[in-house]
Amino acid sequence: MTKKQKKMLVRIIIAAILLVALHFIPVTGVLRFVLYLVPYLTVGYDILLKAGKGIRNGRMLDENFLMAVATIGAFALAIYSQSGDYDEAIAVMLFYQIGEWFQSYAVGKSRRNISELMDIRPDYANVERDGKLEKVDPDEVEIGTVITVQPGEKVPIDGIVLEGHSSLNTAALTGESAPRDVAAGDEIISGCINQSGVLKIQTTKEFGESTASKILDLVENASSRKSKSENFISKFARIYTPAVCGAALALAVIPPIVQWLLPGMTPDVGDWIYRALTFLVISCPCALVVSIPLSFFAGIGGASHEGILVKGSNYLETLSEVTCVVFDKTGTLTKGVFEVSGIHHSKIEDEKLLEYAALAESASSHPISQSLRQAYGKEIDRTRVTDVEEISGNGVTARVDGKFVAAGNGKLMRRLDIPYTECHSVGTVIHIAIDGEYMGHIVISDVVKPHAKQAIEALKQAGIKKTVMLTGDAKKVADRVAAELGVDEVHSELLPADKVAKVEELLGAKTVEEEPSVAKAVNEKVQQSEKTVKAEKRRAGKSSKGKVAFVGDGINDAPVLSRADIGIAMGAMGSDAAIEAADIVLMDDDPLKIAQAIRISRKCLGIVKQNIIFALAVKGVCLILGAVGIANMWLAIFADVGVMILAVLNAIRALRVK
Amino acid sequence: MKKTYKIEVDCANCANLMENTTKKVEGVANAVVNFMTQKMIVEFEEGADPKSVMKNVLRACKKVEPDCEIEL
Repeated sequence: MTKKQKKMLVRIIIAAILLVALHFIPVTGVLRFVLYLVPYLTVGYDILLKAGKGIRNGRMLDENFLMAVATIGAFALAIYSQSGDYDEAIAVMLFYQIGEWFQSYAVGKSRRNISELMDIRPDYANVERDGKLEKVDPDEVEIGTVITVQPGEKVPIDGIVLEGHSSLNTAALTGESAPRDVAAGDEIISGCINQSGVLKIQTTKEFGESTASKILDLVENASSRKSKSENFISKFARIYTPAVCGAALALAVIPPIVQWLLPGMTPDVGDWIYRALTFLVISCPCALVVSIPLSFFAGIGGASHEGILVKGSNYLETLSEVTCVVFDKTGTLTKGVFEVSGIHHSKIEDEKLLEYAALAESASSHPISQSLRQAYGKEIDRTRVTDVEEISGNGVTARVDGKFVAAGNGKLMRRLDIPYTECHSVGTVIHIAIDGEYMGHIVISDVVKPHAKQAIEALKQAGIKKTVMLTGDAKKVADRVAAELGVDEVHSELLPADKVAKVEELLGAKTVEEEPSVAKAVNEKVQQSEKTVKAEKRRAGKSSKGKVAFVGDGINDAPVLSRADIGIAMGAMGSDAAIEAADIVLMDDDPLKIAQAIRISRKCLGIVKQNIIFALAVKGVCLILGAVGIANMWLAIFADVGVMILAVLNAIRALRVK
Repeated sequence: MKKTYKIEVDCANCANLMENTTKKVEGVANAVVNFMTQKMIVEFEEGADPKSVMKNVLRACKKVEPDCEIEL
């Protein structure tokens, strides 16, 4: 609680106690009025002051003014009718203040909660000076300085580890709970938490340019890019308040005049003024105005907790309308690094075969020999290898432990006159022969990410109508990956410029596609009822409104990222280019996060719509009830404060999506 | 030129009012008030002196929302 909130709470409590206590004091007349004025002023003096200031500054129609007029009006009515019932005026003011207090508390609290979720801001950096560690402002650390990070501390600035090894908690950045190990020579990014060992890091960036600062900047400014719903509400509020005040004035003046003019009726001035005052209390637009940005803020906060950075409320809104997701293959659905994906027809142990291949290829710097060495995983003892001969375009022959090993493609086998088995798998195949005898082959290919298939399924479940894969790779490879993952459409052998063209085609196709699909529907379902065709038409018409998202790794697809309705960059940890070009950034490279991001955006937008409809409906009904005289001030207070509280609580739900 | 200021404002509608008011102040090209992060991002017109412009912004904002605070 802030100081302001504490003070307000005290005032509310005192006023409430006084109000109850006054019921037990039997006084009448002027003294009663004066006594009741005490709790009223205790709880509402600031509202009256603000209303006065508002009038002086020429701003009549704010909520302070509304509350001041409503409560003073209620007092006046009580005096006019000589009922001595001042409870209502005080209660209205009291509840209004409770509502305001709750709003300020709830909004403040959720703001802090959300900010804590994104709390990756490092407070200090440890720099060694004269043999002692000193805590300094990270802003003052120059590039190339050596900083020390103790266990439990946040890495303040991006850099390279000079000394020490440790595991890092990257959860705040990526939402990934598995720790990441680092040792000397590794790059390290700010915002991670050092868990086990002391690390000495040489900084490579300034604080302001470091990952943590960039991400914070991005997320904090995200809610400044306002969505259509937010703009709608602020425009709406601008028209709404004066309109309701006008209506209230009309309600107070016109019916009594009509009654006065009509013969045989006495004008019921008090009743109509009461209705007008009720009207004013209901009319406060706060529930709408506060809950919508709060929903977006919670959605963005919740997403960033999962390692999904959304650059603006508007992007969250667009993401929720996505019906077609276009993927780049390499680095997005596949790992983009070549790995041994299979060992076939091996006549000796797979391990052994791999060992011979890795040793034979050990002298080569070709990516394939690197993947072989990686798959082998052990230290390579070069002394075991002699007589290495690289035959360009074919492979390698060498003596390993005295045995003659040949490792290479089919051409090499034919050249050495060794019969071999063709491989049906897609990828680069390395045949191996030892002492002239065929021993089997190793397949090396770009592997599909472990969650890629699940990710496509999750997208389908989330209601994505179409998934498309674009790649520069060979058709055979692309088709196999697409079939394995269950992608609807695949376009292969594309140059970067072709990818832009394809995405533009998809963006345009949203409207063009309608024709043939309807025509097809008509042709195929001639016998079927007209209804089906209409449904088809409606569906096609609806899909034409859907947005296209492009998912890439952000390395060479920046133009496509910016061309699509929504550009999503993956595995962007530390990559500035991707953060710049994309609208949504996934911190780690798990494609499952795409479906999650879409779910978060849908939920968030759902909540926004619920709040708009709920608040407008309740207020609308209460306004009508107030106008016809059914609703009293108590209901009016609920319509204002109750709706606001419910809307705020609903908005907070956007924070959590499974 | 863009500058970000920390603000203190209690209600979302008041934040909207501050935004609209700030936009109308001379020397301000555009302004965004972010209620959630309690920040005001002001884009100044070319040649405008941020300090004196912000003084006017504060005065104008105080008029629409007496409770608001802008840390200059």
